Amino acid sequence: MRFVAIFAMGIALARALPGSPPSSPRTPTPAAARVAPDFSRPDLDRQEIRLSAYRGKIVLLNFWATWCAPCLAEMPRFAEWQQKYGPRGLRILGVSMDDDVAPVRTTYRRLKLNYPVVMGDETLGAMYGGILGLPVTLLIDGEGRIRFRHDGETGLEVLEREIRELLPGP
Amino acid sequence: MRLSTTFRMTGLLAWLCVSLGYAYGQQPNGTASAIPSAQLLQPEELVQILRSGGEKPLVFQVGPHVMFAEAHVPGSEYVGPGRETAGLAALRDRVKTVSHDQVIVLYCGCCPWTKCPNVQPAYEQLRSAGFGHVKVLYLATNFGADWVSKGFPVEKSR
Repeated sequence: MRFVAIFAMGIALARALPGSPPSSPRTPTPAAARVAPDFSRPDLDRQEIRLSAYRGKIVLLNFWATWCAPCLAEMPRFAEWQQKYGPRGLRILGVSMDDDVAPVRTTYRRLKLNYPVVMGDETLGAMYGGILGLPVTLLIDGEGRIRFRHDGETGLEVLEREIRELLPGP
Repeated sequence: MRLSTTFRMTGLLAWLCVSLGYAYGQQPNGTASAIPSAQLLQPEELVQILRSGGEKPLVFQVGPHVMFAEAHVPGSEYVGPGRETAGLAALRDRVKTVSHDQVIVLYCGCCPWTKCPNVQPAYEQLRSAGFGHVKVLYLATNFGADWVSKGFPVEKSR
C-alpha cells in the first residue's frame, strides 16, 4: 500500500517538473483587453452561432481538433463546466480546426459534448492572431473582451479559477 | 532501529526513482517522441539552410491543411496528415520520383511534440521506403510558438 502511495507520489512529482504540460496564459487587464472578433458560423446541427449574441455571458472559446490529444483530454471537463457554471452565465463554444466535419461529429457524440461546436478555418484563425497549434482557449467577459488566452495545454485548475473570477456571484 | 529506518528510506527513494523514470519514460507509440534525436532539425538550423545559397531540402508539411493555409515554412509543400492513410498515400505519391539521396525535412507543429500524431508515421514511411536523409523539424510546443512567434519567415496560402 505504501509503495503504491510512493509510486503515485513519483508520478505526481514528475508531472510537476519542467516538461509537464505548459500553460502560457496571457492575461490582459480589463481596460487593455481587446474585443473578441465577432464571427458567425453554423454549428454541427446547422444552427447559426454568432459570438456577439453571447454578450452578457462569460464565454470560453476553445479551438481544438480531433487529432489533438491534449484537446480531447480537456473537453470532457468543459462539458462538466458547462453544466456546473451554465446557470451562472458561462457559455462554452468550441471551434474545430479539423479539415473535415465528419470526424468532428463522431468525436462530438463520443465525448457527449453539451455545448455548440462550429468549424474553423484559416480566416477565423487569423482573426484571432493565428491558431498555429492546439489547443487555444480564450475567456471572454460579458462585454465581449478577451480577458485570458491560453496557447497550448492549460492547467484546468487555472482555467476554472479564471472562469470563477469572471462569473458574477459567489 | 536506525538501520531499519535507513533501509526503509533507501527503499522509498528507490521507488520514487522508479516512479519518476516510469512517468518520464512512457511515451505513446506513434508520436514524435519515437523519432531518434539525431534525425531532428532545430528551427534555427532550418532557417539557416533556407537562407543559405546552397541546395535546398524538400520540406513537407504533414499536418492539418487549415494550419498550412494559415502559415507555413516558405517553399514547403502540403502533403497531408501523417496519421491518416490518405496523408501517407499522398506522401508516397509525392516521393515516387524523388531520389533516395534527397534531403527531406518533415514538419507538423499541430500540438506539443510529444503529442504530435503526424510526423512519426510520415518519418517511418520514408525511412522504410529507403530514404536515408530524412530530418524532422523539432517544434517543441507548436508551429506558432516555435516558428511564427520567433519571427521566422512564413508563407500563407489556401
